[in-house]
Amino acid sequence: MPLRPRAWWLVLLLLAAITVPIVVGYLWIVIGSFNTRVHGITPVGEWTLENWRFLGERLGRRPSIWTALLNTLLFAGGVSLLVVTVSAMAAYAISRLSFPGRGWFLGLVLVLHAFPAVSLLIASYYVLRVMGLFDSLVGVVLVMTSFMMPFGIWLLKGFFDNISWEMEMAALVDGASRWRIFRTIALPLVRPGLFALAVFTFLVAWGEFILPYTFIVSGRTWTLSIYLQSMLGDFERADYGLVAAVGLFYVLPAVAVFLVGQRYLLDMYFGGSKG
Amino acid sequence: MSADVRNGDGVPVSLRGLAKRFGSVEALKPLDLDIAAGELVAFLGPSGCGKTTTLLLIAGIYKADEGEVWFADRRVDGLHPRDRDVGMVFQSYALYPHLTLFENIAYPLRLKRLPDAEVKRRVEQIAEVLSIAEQLGRRPSQVSGGQQQRAAIARAQVKEPSVMLLDEPLSNLDAQIRLQARGEIRRLQKELGVTSVLVTHDQSEALAMADRVAVFRDGALHQFAAPDELYARPADAFVASFVGFPPMNLFDGEVVSGEFVSGGLRVPVPSSWPAGPATLGIRPEDVLLEGEIEGELLVYEPQGRDLLVTASVSGHQVQVLSPGRPLEAGSLTLSFPWERLHLFDAQGVRLEV
Repeated sequence: MPLRPRAWWLVLLLLAAITVPIVVGYLWIVIGSFNTRVHGITPVGEWTLENWRFLGERLGRRPSIWTALLNTLLFAGGVSLLVVTVSAMAAYAISRLSFPGRGWFLGLVLVLHAFPAVSLLIASYYVLRVMGLFDSLVGVVLVMTSFMMPFGIWLLKGFFDNISWEMEMAALVDGASRWRIFRTIALPLVRPGLFALAVFTFLVAWGEFILPYTFIVSGRTWTLSIYLQSMLGDFERADYGLVAAVGLFYVLPAVAVFLVGQRYLLDMYFGGSKG
Repeated sequence: MSADVRNGDGVPVSLRGLAKRFGSVEALKPLDLDIAAGELVAFLGPSGCGKTTTLLLIAGIYKADEGEVWFADRRVDGLHPRDRDVGMVFQSYALYPHLTLFENIAYPLRLKRLPDAEVKRRVEQIAEVLSIAEQLGRRPSQVSGGQQQRAAIARAQVKEPSVMLLDEPLSNLDAQIRLQARGEIRRLQKELGVTSVLVTHDQSEALAMADRVAVFRDGALHQFAAPDELYARPADAFVASFVGFPPMNLFDGEVVSGEFVSGGLRVPVPSSWPAGPATLGIRPEDVLLEGEIEGELLVYEPQGRDLLVTASVSGHQVQVLSPGRPLEAGSLTLSFPWERLHLFDAQGVRLEV
């Protein structure tokens, strides 16, 4: 039912009221990062680029911001790639193949999806220690990937379920093996789902704090979230201008990825579309 | 039509005791069927009768629980679909939406690792035969339903299979194109000489296209015969009612000394007919609108050339297809010429009389 113009204004007003606190937060980041002093969101000091000095120099005993950026890219990119690859295979198998324990596995994935990852933190720590992957990017990537897999499998299973059985039968009769069908027919048809999942997991991993913070100690493997946190938890008084600048630096790539990938994300929320 | 597409080496197909169940449902009861080389056989029946199951068993998409499938002297029931050498056309066409028509048709050839030049030559050749050469660069969603259907046939035929399987290939087409496509498929099939199985629920399609028709119900084969035979001598009451439109009039009753009795309906029959419970059948076009059986006119529908009359005779409805003049409302008389009658026993099996 289309809304009348007056009703539209009311809805917009309501949405604006709810959004204001978040908008104010971002305003603060942008203004604070270019000014020496800020009262609320009113700049009272001088306009400056001083807060951005972390781009060129190392602050205290922290690693270079560029190392942290590279680590974050590797972390988010690695998680995204792994989650998409493994979930796609698992989801195809669950959606299309009949194998013993399929129903049981499906249930397990659903339960794991609802399982709070934080409660596995200590267990994961032991596993990483035993595997010798503690304090390494590979280790955190693996842990993060495994926590995100249930979601990825469920999402992609929905996309695979949409492919008609007749299409798969046609490919079988045409002479394709299941593996071949997966690669040349099924995967291209769920491409919107793959992109959506890739963008989504990248963004989640980009913002992830607890896992890197827990499993990474040495500065050379820091991610941006640890870098940012280190500026708040220091003994010295936090330099808010600096925090704002680092925060802005941290959020920009995520915004860029979101802008590029948002049409795929919309696909995901509407449950997939037909090729 | 190009003549250099491979010709005339279809193989005979033989099903021996083929059976399939899904859980407790007997989708196909043990079936024996022999299809001659180059023949087009239609599997006809209502939905859920086992016709598509049988087709998928021949294709190798379902595994048979029992029985064997033979293509000539090659036993194929244990083989993967790709090793059976069949082509298949699906109701939804099942074209790959992300590929152009060219790549769709080329898909089976690429899987055989044919050289590019050979793939190109064969795709273009079959596209020419099916007049979709102009559309090869387009995707399935960019061409008409009829062209999609022909692309699906091309994809099934391009690898020159020994057996062609068609699952309701016409049911997604508009009525007009459907008639045209019927003729095209039949002509192509004859020209290529490929042994073909066509699954359909449309009896006019089956009768028009097939050399022989297999009628299924509830997972069992009821009759396997040429269309004329099927129409003239249905093997049982089900086939009689399913084949032909409007359907045959059937009456449950009893034969008593020279007469068939069903409630108030009495039809004179030869005295040689065996006495006992039976079902009497007569096709609407065989009923005459004059005689000694009295009835009441219910409806009549002009159908262009003929008139379809529905009458009530002692509580039974009788349909009559007559070239006659429009009727007055009220009572009428009918007769059932005995040489046109079909008789089935209490189990519904045809009695030869």
